[in-house]
Amino acid sequence: MSTIAAISTGQAAGGIGIVRISGENALFVADRIFKSVSGIELNKLSGYRATFGKVYFDNKPIDEAVALVFRAPKSYTGEDTVEISCHGGLLVTKQVLRAALQNGAVPAEPGEFTKRAFLNGKMDLTQAESVMNIISAKSEQAKAAALNTLDGALFKKISEISLSLKRLAAQMAAWIDYPDEEIEDLTDENITNVLKSAKNELNILLSRFDAGQVIIEGVETAIIGRPNVGKSTLMNMMAGYEKSIVTSVAGTTRDIVEETVTLGNIVLRLADTAGLHETDDTVERIGVDRTKLKTGRASLILAVFDSSKELNEEDEEIFKLCEGKNAIAVINKTDLKTKINAEKINDLYKNVVYISAKEQNGMTELEKAIEKTLGTENFDTTAAVLMNERQYTCCQTAFNSLDEALDALNSGMTRDAINVNIDVAVENLDILTGEKATESVVNEIFSQFCVGK
Amino acid sequence: MEYFAKEYDVAVIGAGHAGIEAALASARLGAKTIVFAINLDSIGNMPCNPSIGGTSKGHLVREIDALGGEMGKAADKTQIQTRMLNRGKGPAVHSLRAQIDRREYSKYMKHTLELQENLDVKQAEIVDLKRTEDGKWQLKTMLEAIYSAKCVILATGTFLGGRIYIGEVSFESGPDGMFPATKLSQALKQMDIPLRRFKTGTPSRVNRRSVDFSVLEKQEGDETNTPFSFETKETPENKSFCYIAYTNDDTKEVILKNLHRSPLYSGKIEGVGPRYCPSFEDKIVRFPDKLRHQFFIEPCGLDTEELYLQGMSSSLPEDVQLKFLRTIKGLENVEVMRTAYAIEYDCVDPLALKPSLEFLDLDGLFGAGQFNGSSGYEEAAAQGLIAGINAALKVKGEEPFILDRASSYIGTLIDDLVTKGCMDPYRMMTSRSEYRLLLRQDNADIRLTPYGYKLGLISEKRYNAFQLKMQLIKDEMHRVEETTIHVSDELQELLVSRGTAPLNKGVKLVELIKRPQLSYEDLAPFDTNRPELPEEIFEQVEIALKYEGYIKRQQAQINEMRRLEVKVLPDEIDYNVIEGLRLEAREKLTKIRPHNVGQASRISGVSPSDISVLLIYLSKMGL
Repeated sequence: MSTIAAISTGQAAGGIGIVRISGENALFVADRIFKSVSGIELNKLSGYRATFGKVYFDNKPIDEAVALVFRAPKSYTGEDTVEISCHGGLLVTKQVLRAALQNGAVPAEPGEFTKRAFLNGKMDLTQAESVMNIISAKSEQAKAAALNTLDGALFKKISEISLSLKRLAAQMAAWIDYPDEEIEDLTDENITNVLKSAKNELNILLSRFDAGQVIIEGVETAIIGRPNVGKSTLMNMMAGYEKSIVTSVAGTTRDIVEETVTLGNIVLRLADTAGLHETDDTVERIGVDRTKLKTGRASLILAVFDSSKELNEEDEEIFKLCEGKNAIAVINKTDLKTKINAEKINDLYKNVVYISAKEQNGMTELEKAIEKTLGTENFDTTAAVLMNERQYTCCQTAFNSLDEALDALNSGMTRDAINVNIDVAVENLDILTGEKATESVVNEIFSQFCVGK
Repeated sequence: MEYFAKEYDVAVIGAGHAGIEAALASARLGAKTIVFAINLDSIGNMPCNPSIGGTSKGHLVREIDALGGEMGKAADKTQIQTRMLNRGKGPAVHSLRAQIDRREYSKYMKHTLELQENLDVKQAEIVDLKRTEDGKWQLKTMLEAIYSAKCVILATGTFLGGRIYIGEVSFESGPDGMFPATKLSQALKQMDIPLRRFKTGTPSRVNRRSVDFSVLEKQEGDETNTPFSFETKETPENKSFCYIAYTNDDTKEVILKNLHRSPLYSGKIEGVGPRYCPSFEDKIVRFPDKLRHQFFIEPCGLDTEELYLQGMSSSLPEDVQLKFLRTIKGLENVEVMRTAYAIEYDCVDPLALKPSLEFLDLDGLFGAGQFNGSSGYEEAAAQGLIAGINAALKVKGEEPFILDRASSYIGTLIDDLVTKGCMDPYRMMTSRSEYRLLLRQDNADIRLTPYGYKLGLISEKRYNAFQLKMQLIKDEMHRVEETTIHVSDELQELLVSRGTAPLNKGVKLVELIKRPQLSYEDLAPFDTNRPELPEEIFEQVEIALKYEGYIKRQQAQINEMRRLEVKVLPDEIDYNVIEGLRLEAREKLTKIRPHNVGQASRISGVSPSDISVLLIYLSKMGL
């Protein structure tokens, strides 16, 4: 495999930047760009040894750095690896990377270090996927959830469910394959209990998925409302600093301004939209159309209303956009005299929050309402969580298959068919954890039952 | 002094259950064939249980028959009690088993071989095997006769390097007191064939006169028997009984006190024994909490008083065996005629074989049966048939005949052996087949007889009868789809009594048959125009309808599986130069050299990402 290199400390400016080089030529690539003070070449060093020196780009020293050597297979990727830690900030780190790329390395694809670690047998599939999620984890809680899977909470949970099904399948198989042995016939009740309990466990995982995704992936959030109700002020309040131009002239925000903010546990990708009102201004028209499009895609809508004004036809438009969506009514400008028909809003929205963006009031209430709406309140990040669609699909297939088994059992289908449903569930759970569909059921038979002539 | 005896297309070493099918298939396909046995009186011998079939093994026998093999017919002719196992557990796992008169079976098989055109039967021990410069194989007998053959099938069973263990005593021996084949292993090792030691065992045979049947539970055969062979027209008759007995605490105590005298526990036996066929002392040690163990007493034939004690295999010393048997109720005065033993033998790591059962590296050399690491008469016969067919096809210069996992238990068995290998003697089980709702014993002919016909192992007459059966199934299916059943009080009463919803209006018959609670038979009174057809026609229609959802889904899985199965991996691929394969995958692929990507995907240690890499490589190479 080729030798790859990338900045492994993220693209933000920080104290120390690390460039990681991995692959069979990693040490030689590193030797071309790094000269140690002691004069020793990196390819002469054993694993876990570090040396201090200078990094060169176009034969000119660009930074002082520490090079750390890992020898295959004892590295993250399982390959020979050098990590060069420099401290000159992002620009210098980028130069170090460029130097490596000019000297025989190729740029790593996103997640390629992890992919190699997986391919080299350094981690199992669920672990690999967790790491991928850590790399792009967008908040502290996302990292906690990802780390949790890395520790194996999901792996453990799925393995538990799978084992209970394997035991059941093994007992059914032994009962079928050894009809002459004294193997207890499973009652419908026995089977039903195991299937139901596995199904419930899967259901818990499945039902936590959306909330888990909110925490891992963040949420597309659209802030909508009539012109000048204070959408941009709200966004700025949430983001903590000004980005949109805030004036009192209706229609200041002509396009969508995006911002990522962390609110409590959740990363919201906020889109401040152009105010919704009928307009002849072409530019503004485009803004309004894009608002509608954006709102359609958003998973969460913050519908802002002006407390000091009565509801009008444009607000009706807002109500329509919120239909069938996760929407929160945010009644702004509570610092002014109330004119709004709050009853109507209370009828239409499950969650209504009163704020004064100007006076920075009501943020805590808003945060709570968002968590409630997204189902992330009381989300236990230490429990197993499905990380991605692939895992979700496996669980869902297993779940459906158990459901079918229960139906079949109820309607009096023969056990051979039910056994096949259980096999399908086990197979999908094994796929989820990256285990090879093995002879696990057969092995269970021999460890559990005294069978044979 | 060596002398040249004769030249053949195919030579089969061994005339057990694998050798018989191999020799017959090869000769029937027109190859000039010879089969060697150390003792001709051991042809088709049953050195272990006097029965054929059982769960999943019954499936194998049916499949062998559907392809034109002999085992099913021989069993039908010589059975003395037949049972369909697992009735009520679903059609996929119905399995036929028959107690066999073992001497009659052996006689039948020997005579069948003797009568077979293109086939010579010879008593001889093969002591040397090598390839000559012209690419043919040269076999040498103990009496220094030299035979030449284009293809050779090794079906040596437990004869190859056989060694028997009974307590502290051990000696070189084949099964059932036969001479072992002691020299051939050396010749195989010289060709770098990866041999290893496996172990199996058999229980004692006792005299019927010494058993007190009055205290034992009798087991009778089925009321209406089904034959194994689709060609057998007469219904097999029950002529004998089996009995059920139980061990007790005293039995256990004798075993535990004498465990140190077992060659298994004292470490004398190096061979790996089968998990599914543990010796009785193994059962006691592994499952100490079990209070009693059930076992079966089976007749060895009609004109012998020998009885087989199924479940009581042992390698303890003779005196201990007698002692523990006599603790059992009904066996207090038992007289042992043949002592139980463990036998260790040489066999090959089947990963060295192709799915055709030819060696990967030795052109024209095939393996079958216990030699390939399997266990059981039926497993052996299935492989013998495939090896025989492929040896004959090779002689004719034709492509090998390979059954995939989706086609049959035979295909599953062979794929498991040559792809996953085996760490202990391999026994077929229904749970090994992921497509078992489709691979039933009742439809073995539908699945395989067209192949048998195409190969030339199924006669024109039989094929015509098969096609007629297919037509009848189709017609009946059409009829039940078109027939309307009207609402009547009797019908509603039946539906309610079976716990299924009564009708609002008349429905097509097919809708009622689909309901799991109702059988074809139940509906007969309401299906007034039902034609007179053989039971098997109704059975096929009923299963197809009741399991329709499952069958469709399994068929979809099969289609998915076959997508990878058609992507052939050329023999000459160098896995070491394919970028992106993990090291373990490289090593496994290089060793096993799978026939296609599907087979590769089933190798343990080859991951889904390795499969993606292989697919990318193949498309890059334009394959």
